[in-house]
Amino acid sequence: MSEHILPSKLYWTIWAILICLTVVTALVATVDLGWLNPVAALLIATGKATIVVLFFMHVKYTSEKLTAMVIVSALFWLLILLTLSLADYSTRPIG
Amino acid sequence: MSDSPVAVEQHGPELLHHFADAEQQRNAASLGMWIFLGTEIMFFGGMFCAYLIYRLAYYNEFAVASRTLSLPIGTINTAVLICSSLTVALSVRAAQLGKQKQIVVLLVLTLLFGLAFLGIKGYEWREKFVEHHVPGSSFSFDEPMPGHPEAKIDPRHAQIFFSLYFAMTGMHALHMIIGVGIFGVLIFMAWRGRFTPEYHTPVEIGGLYWHFVDIVWIYLFPLLYLIDRHK
Repeated sequence: MSEHILPSKLYWTIWAILICLTVVTALVATVDLGWLNPVAALLIATGKATIVVLFFMHVKYTSEKLTAMVIVSALFWLLILLTLSLADYSTRPIG
Repeated sequence: MSDSPVAVEQHGPELLHHFADAEQQRNAASLGMWIFLGTEIMFFGGMFCAYLIYRLAYYNEFAVASRTLSLPIGTINTAVLICSSLTVALSVRAAQLGKQKQIVVLLVLTLLFGLAFLGIKGYEWREKFVEHHVPGSSFSFDEPMPGHPEAKIDPRHAQIFFSLYFAMTGMHALHMIIGVGIFGVLIFMAWRGRFTPEYHTPVEIGGLYWHFVDIVWIYLFPLLYLIDRHK
């Protein structure tokens, strides 16, 4: 973990962004955007998760490169699970 | 110790001697927690995968079932966890600055937000119990599909949504309870003055765990509560 001491204002700013994105995602869900609804919800969720990882978990400020590698690897393996499973099930005939 | 050509720096008692210096020990602790969080991503990932597959297969029932969850309460709970992530990040900062009292206050706030989340979740689960949406012999589901009153909703498919709902939020709540326990210990340690600017690793590591549990909820909320809220 880096010894960068971040100003508390940064944490409050990230908190405010997260709260706003939460309200936005709830409101957007009430509007009919068709196939965009789940896409928007997941994009917003991923944005929130990213800023939690980068700022609250200090990954942006650490000098330890292995941390980023572990995170990317874990997400890569998760994507293998999700992508291949969904590719299978979503291309099966209905019924 | 035999005479060694390597210069020995002054260090606190927390530095274990199989590490070259305090920074390496800190990085090792952080890396260990991140690898554990990687296993947790796999753990929750399996349930997310099951959820996605069944949502594909039974989209209508999932949408109708999702609508029986309270959107305001889910949103408030998400905000509660976000506040707890703020207080835990600020507590790490307080530890870096050696502000002993602030560490304790912020850790206690984090714990309180966590307990609030669990209380709200318990209330939601009780609602599901009262409405007979808990999978099992007493399960009954006859909500109509908005706009299509004649559409056939298979209650067995809705029951799968609720099985996944209770499994995923239950596993998440279990992680929160463990986090509450961990933070209870951290509060005790902070209150005893165990954390200094040079050594506050338990706070950092506990913080990483807490943020991860927050991130799991950040994904659970849209997937469970926001399937179809616009009819």
